[in-house]
Amino acid sequence: MATMSEKILANASNNDKVSAGDIIIANIDVAMTHDLTGPLSVESFEKIGAKKVWDPSKIIIPFDHQVPADSIDSANNHILMREFVKNQNIEHFYDVNAGVCHQILPELGHVVPGEVIVGADSHTCTHGALGAFATGIGSTDMAMVFAEGNLWFKVPETNRFNIEGKLKSNVFAKDVILHIIGKMGADGSTYKACEFAGETVKNMNISDRMVLCNMAIEMGGKTGLVEPDDKTKKYVESRSKKPYKIYKTDLDSSSLNIIDINVDDLEPQVACPHNVDNVKPVSEIDQEIDQVFLGSCTNGRLEDLRDAAKILKGNKIAKQTRMLVIPASKEVYSKALDEGLLKIFVDSGALVSAPCCGPCLGGHTGIIGPGEVSLSTSNRNFKGRQGSPEGKVYLSSAAVAAASAIEGKIVAPE
Amino acid sequence: MKGRAWKFGNDIDTDIIVPGRYLIYTDEERLSKHCMEGLDPDFHKKCKKGDFIVAGLNFGCGSSREHAPIALKGAGISAVIAESFARIFYRNAINVGIPLLEAPGITKIIEDGDEISIDMENATITSKNGENIKFKKLPPFMLEIINKGGLIEYLKK
Repeated sequence: MATMSEKILANASNNDKVSAGDIIIANIDVAMTHDLTGPLSVESFEKIGAKKVWDPSKIIIPFDHQVPADSIDSANNHILMREFVKNQNIEHFYDVNAGVCHQILPELGHVVPGEVIVGADSHTCTHGALGAFATGIGSTDMAMVFAEGNLWFKVPETNRFNIEGKLKSNVFAKDVILHIIGKMGADGSTYKACEFAGETVKNMNISDRMVLCNMAIEMGGKTGLVEPDDKTKKYVESRSKKPYKIYKTDLDSSSLNIIDINVDDLEPQVACPHNVDNVKPVSEIDQEIDQVFLGSCTNGRLEDLRDAAKILKGNKIAKQTRMLVIPASKEVYSKALDEGLLKIFVDSGALVSAPCCGPCLGGHTGIIGPGEVSLSTSNRNFKGRQGSPEGKVYLSSAAVAAASAIEGKIVAPE
Repeated sequence: MKGRAWKFGNDIDTDIIVPGRYLIYTDEERLSKHCMEGLDPDFHKKCKKGDFIVAGLNFGCGSSREHAPIALKGAGISAVIAESFARIFYRNAINVGIPLLEAPGITKIIEDGDEISIDMENATITSKNGENIKFKKLPPFMLEIINKGGLIEYLKK
């Protein structure tokens, strides 16, 4: 009679059973910090007076937010992190050529079901798509994890989204999660684990499940989760040698709140400025766009590039619009090259850049100016998120992004 | 504690508190110059040491950047009072030593610019008209962390 979060946290805290509301200390299986939150974590680690990290094999440090370095300040942050990696013998360090942290962690076999994963990045919840309990933390908490290998948690209650129905051919996982966030609100799942279940999720591939879990934080969720199945096992076993444990939710758990969602009639959705829960069907939107961004830890995977390339093939991007395509990792980039997807993008007039977070955080590349409108496949459209606070950001699926790039305005793909 | 209230709405996200392009900095001084920049570029000049932020629901939602509470602290904010807080920001703010006071109904009583006072012992906020509103009292260990100036200083004691 427990949820998968309760079971994972019981295992990680050496308890037979824990219940929502309990404060526990959990052992951490994977701790991730990147080039942007890493320097603060390292500073705090040093301030604590700690000398050695608890386990250099369990810490993962990818560079992804400002790669390659775009200023002397970011180059200095990179130098600081490389020195930390060297001094602490961190085993899993990925320099500027690897890709976005939430893509490379699962891709390179660092995530398996049943683990507790913390990341100094709020979208760490993505990894629950493989049945791990994964959550974002700040830099001081990360420094504590580096030193001790554990962290206190309040065991969360669970919102389980039971998603049923068949998606229309132009509707994707992104539309489903935008629809759910619009319904729940930006704080509709605060402090709760968000489980995604039901026939629709069973039929989704791992990439789609990562889209759902990635955005759990946008309704306040502590983590996103999908119960592992044969697809999960196949993905994990082909990429990781780590042992894993599968936990599933008992439907009679007292801390479980089931929310039924039917997606049979769902249309393509967009989140409008300046909040992720300001969600409308594309059919209600009349908006010209200056920039399209296809990429990020939400929708920068091979499946997303394929969806977009199918629409862009043989077409040109509208004259008044620019499109930026950033594959989420080296693997995605390489496979997209092999499949000819990148040529389709280049021929259509898009810019293709090396794997990184890109315009998503408005700190590195593809920044928008005052009055400009961006349509982005990423996860946040907060005021100023992609640059000027006088700019506007809309969020959509890869397919809506591609169709809109051709028209120069937000439209649904046929 | 006494100070001026700077009032903001619901869902104030950490990109508003400090935009992504300034996360290259880690120090209070430089981060505080960009605090709330998206809503008011001069906020850091107007805000005085000891002032408060009063906000609506879900304050601090979004990114896990600890730069956000560091920027608020650097700008002189001595407490944030809100209808509710987002989860990661809550932990981060306590860890850097800023008290977060959850006071449902606060936005109905306090207006921007009001001088207000906070009694931490009795978990009460008093408006300029003398109206009192209760907040959820912080547990003693959290108060201790805040009094020491953050988790790291607390651990050093």
